[in-house]
Amino acid sequence: MRIEALAGPWLGRLSLSALPTDSPVAMGAALVAVFGALGVAGYITGKGKWRYLWREWFTSVDHKRIGIMYVVLALVMLARAVIEALVMRLQQADAVNRSGFISAEHFGQLFSTHGSIMIFFMAMPFLTGVINYVMPLQIGARDVSFPVLNSISLMLTAAGAALVMISLVLAPFSTGGWSGYAPFTELRFSPGVGVDYWIWAVTLSSIGSTLTGINFAVTIYKKRAPGMHLFRMPLFCWTALCTSILMIFAMPALTVATALLALDRYLGMHFFTSGGGGNMMVYANLFWLFGHPEVYIVVLPSFGVFSELFSTFSAKKLYGYTSLVLATMTIAVLSFTVWLHHFFTMGQSAHINAAFGIATMLIGIPTGVKVYDWILTMFRGRVRFTTPLLWGLAFLVTFVIGGLSGILLAIPPVDFLVHNTTFLVAHFHNMLIPGTLFGMIAAYQFWFPKAFGFRLEERWGRVAFGCWVIGFYLAFMPLYVLGLEGMPRRSAEVFDEAFRPWLLVAAGGAVLIVLGMAALALQLAMSIRHRDRNRVRAGDPWDGRSLEWSTSSPPPEYNFAKLPEVQGRDAFWTMKRSGRAYPPLERYAPIMLPENSAIGPLLGALGLATAFGLVWRIGWMAGLGTAGALVAVIGWSFVRRPGRTVDERQVERTETRWHAVLVAAVPVSREHECDPRNRGLADVAA
Amino acid sequence: MQHTATEGHAKRSASRVGLAAMPVRAAIFAVAAGPVAAAERQLLVQAAVLMLFVVVPVIVLTPWVAWRFRRRNRRSAYRPGWDFSRTLEVLIWGVPALLVAFLAVRVWTQSRALDPYRAIDAGQASAAAPLDVQVVGLDWKWLFIYPDQHIATLNTLVLPVGRAVHLHLTSDTVMESLLVPRLAGQIYAMPGMITQLWLRADRPGDFVGENTQYNGSGFAHQKFVVHAVDAGDFSRWVGKVRADGDVLDARRYRELARRGVPAAPERFGQVDADLFGRIVAKYHASAQLRASTMASRATGRTNDAH
Amino acid sequence: MSAGSASERRRHPGLNLHESDAHPSDGEVVFGFWVFMMSDAVLFALLFAVYASLGANTAGGPGPRDVFELDPAAMETLLLLSSFTFGIASLAMKYRRGMALLQGMLATTLLLGLGFLGLEVHDFVGMEDTGALPQVSAFLSAFYVLVPTHFLHVSLGCVWIVVMMVQLRMSGLDRITRTRLLRLGLFWHFLDIVWVMIFSFVFLRGLL
Repeated sequence: MRIEALAGPWLGRLSLSALPTDSPVAMGAALVAVFGALGVAGYITGKGKWRYLWREWFTSVDHKRIGIMYVVLALVMLARAVIEALVMRLQQADAVNRSGFISAEHFGQLFSTHGSIMIFFMAMPFLTGVINYVMPLQIGARDVSFPVLNSISLMLTAAGAALVMISLVLAPFSTGGWSGYAPFTELRFSPGVGVDYWIWAVTLSSIGSTLTGINFAVTIYKKRAPGMHLFRMPLFCWTALCTSILMIFAMPALTVATALLALDRYLGMHFFTSGGGGNMMVYANLFWLFGHPEVYIVVLPSFGVFSELFSTFSAKKLYGYTSLVLATMTIAVLSFTVWLHHFFTMGQSAHINAAFGIATMLIGIPTGVKVYDWILTMFRGRVRFTTPLLWGLAFLVTFVIGGLSGILLAIPPVDFLVHNTTFLVAHFHNMLIPGTLFGMIAAYQFWFPKAFGFRLEERWGRVAFGCWVIGFYLAFMPLYVLGLEGMPRRSAEVFDEAFRPWLLVAAGGAVLIVLGMAALALQLAMSIRHRDRNRVRAGDPWDGRSLEWSTSSPPPEYNFAKLPEVQGRDAFWTMKRSGRAYPPLERYAPIMLPENSAIGPLLGALGLATAFGLVWRIGWMAGLGTAGALVAVIGWSFVRRPGRTVDERQVERTETRWHAVLVAAVPVSREHECDPRNRGLADVAA
Repeated sequence: MQHTATEGHAKRSASRVGLAAMPVRAAIFAVAAGPVAAAERQLLVQAAVLMLFVVVPVIVLTPWVAWRFRRRNRRSAYRPGWDFSRTLEVLIWGVPALLVAFLAVRVWTQSRALDPYRAIDAGQASAAAPLDVQVVGLDWKWLFIYPDQHIATLNTLVLPVGRAVHLHLTSDTVMESLLVPRLAGQIYAMPGMITQLWLRADRPGDFVGENTQYNGSGFAHQKFVVHAVDAGDFSRWVGKVRADGDVLDARRYRELARRGVPAAPERFGQVDADLFGRIVAKYHASAQLRASTMASRATGRTNDAH
Repeated sequence: MSAGSASERRRHPGLNLHESDAHPSDGEVVFGFWVFMMSDAVLFALLFAVYASLGANTAGGPGPRDVFELDPAAMETLLLLSSFTFGIASLAMKYRRGMALLQGMLATTLLLGLGFLGLEVHDFVGMEDTGALPQVSAFLSAFYVLVPTHFLHVSLGCVWIVVMMVQLRMSGLDRITRTRLLRLGLFWHFLDIVWVMIFSFVFLRGLL
């Protein structure tokens, strides 16, 4: 008997039939999700850590903790999406002239969740987390401008991710891909709840990202330390600024696109329907008006990371700083002028196509400049092949191949041939895996010692690196070939025997990438186990150049006991060389910090309830969620809290402790950077 | 989960006959079989070669510079403060800019020359009149209507070698995209709108055609065969279809339009004259719009005007 | 800044007691709100663009001339008057002309806002009586998303005014209420500008 019959209208369209019992693979995934969640919850309960997590993490408004939570969210979602990629690769390799081991419907859900997760719940949280952690430290601030808003953004994003995870169990998810093209996603062609899952998950995350963009932009404009002029900021902060501006301007387009699609589906309106005067081309325009800037939202922060890496690990100033800033700004502006290249094949006039094709190629110029600037940063430097730098080198070599195929796709007549084929799939993976993911993994390896006070194991990092890079080439180079032969993307089955060897190689590449993920997990586990060997409490394991390295590792909650005075670029590097790096102990002032707040998790939970209610047409849940959110925000505006004071004695204790670490540490030369001798104090005598 | 019974059945039967319906294989790196695909591929190769001037130096320089200036190599110069060179700056902005400028000119001219709406063979007096074919994208099949021959085919497109073909495309479901990789690049087909694509086969042969825009669980099966045959064979084929093909009337069309993968290609010897027009017009409620859609069949970029 | 921390600042003259570490400074709050409105303006711009591209698609249903009436739309422009009353409220705050004037002007603004909402509801109901429902055509869908989005903003603005009046009563004019009032003013004027756009591009263009 169906629950629905018992529960009547109380559960909307939700019933037991939502469980994916018809497919063993989907059922297995659902069970993994359920038992994974139960296992984690059980572990936390067993350790009695709920209270600690709630007080110290979930309600925290400290940018560093929020940053770490964002990255954890991104890594969890990355694991799911990578496994989905492997399942799809295996299916295509298996389904040559037969139907393979998963159904076409399930395959459709897989490429949709894979894409949506990778963009909205992997790339976005990852870069937001890294910026959150690093940027305020780099500009010499104690936090972002709006710490509570920061927590709200995180929780909204987490709510969206939770919705996608719920869809594993209460299936199905959309089969409309990450772009959700109407009219396929209209009610007439996708009558199930799948598209609604996609709409509300994406909407939650896009609201979170808009707020994040505002927060970061204001922080960078208003909270820089004395002397930190815009043109003295580390390049990572510049890319964070450009990304934030793109978020502010581009995210509304996504919100509008998904909202109008929802109105079509829920209220029977005619924005993108085939009849009633609706126009699906409006959807394509709206989506890509967001979608193209989004590409640069996820790529620019990595460019910033690489700029820091090449400079730090070459022990040399960044080549062409001004040129890199200009290039970043140019890319940000141009990114709004090229959206039409996502649909050259829609039948508009040749001149429009040509104009957008040329605009697209123009982006190649500043991007090319950046690549050469990074090579010239290593030129005449002293390059150390640490794990983070390896990702950077692989990025340079790999990214330009994606750039080449990108220029090809920017030529409309060439695009006609390979659009919608695996060539396109290969191209954007070739941009986003090195351009975003390698950058983010490198950032994780680079700043991990800052956040936790110990280095990650180099050996497993190198294994992960090898698996990822070789796996990437194996997985995607064959797709270029198949795309040139016209193999459509998103094919659950393949009818061409000649494609089989290429698909097998690609599947092998996917296996290697999953091994790369496993190696990353192992690296983390081994590093935690051997953490005493790799402690870098003094705070500066890489002979860093910017202000975040001038603090202890991990930094105190107030970041800087005294806000630093900045006198030029590479502020900390110069301080170290002139003996001003670690100011002596003195009398400290009390520091006011914002108090923890439960409003973030509360709004996240209400957002999730609203979205879940909307997905399954559970009216009371959606209504209560919305009303609750409104009441919560109004109620919160009545709460007046003075903030929390870290008094001078506490500051003094913390600083004294760190000074003891500094005094005890032996300055280490770069030769011993990656061995236990490195305690985080750089030898600057040489 | 959202399968109807008929869909499921159609899909299963299609899987069974999948091989029979799909006898054509693309050999990897097969040559283009028509002028449009040939020109597009040529452009691809040219641009790729040109881009190698930027890409190859990066691939060579990155490992070389990193190795040459490795920490242990104390023989290389170390200039920690060196961060700018006017000459290099001019080079790294200038060379990509020049390349892009050159490519931009190519893009401008080639986009026009290879505009899918642009008639091929238009200037040649000797060329035969183009063959008009109306294409309807359905879930998950293609219907081809030959308006002047009054015949239609499902999942088969027979073309005379050497004669320009003018496709008029629409969809009676979601957005689809028609691609015959060896003949020409793709163009979207959208309900209520008409897009166009010109192509020509220069050699006889069988080529794969497909939909590349995902449209549901039968998507991977939405393939058809293009038979390019010589002019005589084409006329004989038309005569044969007219003689023993089925009738495609409104009722038969409704059956075809249902979601599903057909078991085998079909041929129709008799087709309602304004079937294509009605398929497009049914998405436009008002009489006025219907009239304008019909009028734009021959000329307009209907999807723009829409 | 609360009294406590101000006295602390006196206790530690010249030391780095950055007030913005617990609360964002006024400058940050106001600048942040401007940035938010920029994002909101992009949202409205996109809705206008959608209306512009779908506005002609009446799909056999009623068109602008059949459903729009100029008089009520012009009446609704009385919301513009509320910008004036809010302006007086802002001046009352700036020149400290007493709480009564400030509260009175806020109340007037609220009434004008509510009047606007009432008139608009009346219009929507009237349109629906003639069968001009959002489900009829793309034109009406686009209309019913553009204008009600503004409606929703005004409703939230009204809620905000009420909250503001209560908070002013509770804690008077201090740093927090002042910047909130400032932001509310920005928001209210912004909505007026959007309405002018709607009046010109939707109603006037549709009727003339």
